Amino acid sequence: VLLALTHEYPEYVKIVEVGPRDGLQNEKEMVPTGVKIQLIDMLSETGLPVIEATSFVSSKWVPQMADHTEVLQAIHRSSHVRYPVLTPNMHGFQDAVAAGATEVAVFGSASETFSRKNINCSIDESILRFEEVICTAKQRQIPVRGYVSCALGCPYEGPIESTKVAEVVKRLYELGCYEVSLGDTIGVGTPGSMAKMLHSVKKEVPSSALAVHCHDTYGQALANILTALQMGICTVDSSVAGLGGCPYAQGASGNVSTEDVLYMLHGMGIKTGVDLSKVIEAGDFICKALNRKTNSKVAQARGDNSMHCRMKKINT
Amino acid sequence: VRVFSFFNVSPVQWLVQVGASAGKALPQRVKIVEVGPRDGLQNEKTLVPTEVKIHLIDMLSEAGLPVIEATSFVSPEWVPQMADQVEVMKGINRRPGVSYPVLTPNLKGFQAAVKAGAAEVAIFGAASELFSKKNINCSVDESLQRFEEVTKAAKEAGVRVRGYVSCVLGCPYEGQVSPDKVAQVAKRLYSMGCYEISLGDTIGVGTPGGMAELLEAVSREVPVDALAVHCHDTYGQALANILIALQMGISVVDSSVAGLGGCPYAQGASGNVATEDVVYMLHGLGIQTGVDLPKLMDAGAFICRSLNRKTSSKVAQATCKL
Repeated sequence: VLLALTHEYPEYVKIVEVGPRDGLQNEKEMVPTGVKIQLIDMLSETGLPVIEATSFVSSKWVPQMADHTEVLQAIHRSSHVRYPVLTPNMHGFQDAVAAGATEVAVFGSASETFSRKNINCSIDESILRFEEVICTAKQRQIPVRGYVSCALGCPYEGPIESTKVAEVVKRLYELGCYEVSLGDTIGVGTPGSMAKMLHSVKKEVPSSALAVHCHDTYGQALANILTALQMGICTVDSSVAGLGGCPYAQGASGNVSTEDVLYMLHGMGIKTGVDLSKVIEAGDFICKALNRKTNSKVAQARGDNSMHCRMKKINT
Repeated sequence: VRVFSFFNVSPVQWLVQVGASAGKALPQRVKIVEVGPRDGLQNEKTLVPTEVKIHLIDMLSEAGLPVIEATSFVSPEWVPQMADQVEVMKGINRRPGVSYPVLTPNLKGFQAAVKAGAAEVAIFGAASELFSKKNINCSVDESLQRFEEVTKAAKEAGVRVRGYVSCVLGCPYEGQVSPDKVAQVAKRLYSMGCYEISLGDTIGVGTPGGMAELLEAVSREVPVDALAVHCHDTYGQALANILIALQMGISVVDSSVAGLGGCPYAQGASGNVATEDVVYMLHGLGIQTGVDLPKLMDAGAFICRSLNRKTSSKVAQATCKL
């Protein structure tokens, strides 16, 4: 007898919504502060447990996030939601705390070249910088989330050794990050490379402390996420409406859409606590504000005048 | 929750273990059935000139695809896009080793197809009664009786027949579709003489759990080697569903170059999964397809230019330097 599924899946998956930060940061249009705040407030009503609100980087580098303090102070913080913010260094961290941040995130890279080109220093140097942030955050009991970019490939170096990814992840975890998100920054990964990478990383860090941050640039995100779930990962990053293109391939897509991830998870009977139709509404709102079409296939299918809207819902 | 661990696995074996399902590894080779020229174009609004269709099929043949669904012998009244069926069949350069199946909804269509040189045909059943009635104006049973005429004639003529079952993971009218119903229809098509049954998620609503359940039910009635999956990407689920299918022993996947063919039930929504994206995933998994991805992308770029539309393939979008 062929067993239907020899894989077991998590009963619950935590979705980390990165649209307001990672998504908007990679959109060409500048978004007014009021719109950002409304987006986050709408997302807070959907049941999403984590919403990355903004980034305390210098506005010279990332003009889209120049209003970080205003955003953080103006959003309605739901008691069921966490609002991490990016803090690339001590300066950013201090500003974030002064603005009321209760959780922060730091970004490392598994690729030396990417690290140098992106933040102008080596991986080692960047980790030294984060060590300061993490230490101080620990003292103040502020949880820190770590990100590792180029986990499945680098725009400059090409394929990245999974052992190198594991090394960087381990360092961030041992320094004190409660969770490390593995980013397929250019979306080149496939289930094979995802499995190989996770196999190496899981030797160093427990799966409960890992998340996947898949880009859909090559359409592989959901298949990669499925593979990660099969390997015991139960935290997934995604972006409402698939906000955030790929800075390395003009016109290409970037983040995977939260709506599409939810559709898959709910269809598989996996709980998320998130109301898909409310996320679609939030996606609608931000796409209108950005004057762009959604990247979410679920949102496209369930758009106005669509027969899919009137169909008996099979998966909600 | 049981967590998979891959202790004591050699560097080569981990890849095999990823796809392990009840002891079966991921297939080493997957046959891609390219449906762009038929299923794809049929669902595109713009009417495509015959020479363009022929050139597309020729480019696809050069890209190494083993099966290319060329056209459909339905009445041009119903499907004007396929009115040039005979011309297309006669105009293409048939590459040795490549199969060019054509749709034949009934005996009349079958006879016209054979006359035009078809060596393989395809018939379409539905797993949903309402869909059958709305789509081809008869019950599932009545349609199967019609197809029996075709399979009988095909046997006599030495022509292979491929069966399709639509609405396998959901129906736009009925909603949920029972996997056992799908299994029944698949079994009848297989018993009639279809060498392969392609299971179509017609409105793309399926997710990996449903796909696994479906394949478990169908593979009890039809050997898994004779099954194919035809996933629509309307809800973005296609590649995840295909991955599960591979893990369950399926080694034939239908797809459409550039993701041609929208969904007739949702304006602006996507339909067929893009061949380029499927091939990218398969090659990334170390699975052979015989397909040359750059040549495939050329074919996709060609047809999109002719249709004056953007590709639906993410791989094609990513590598576009515009």
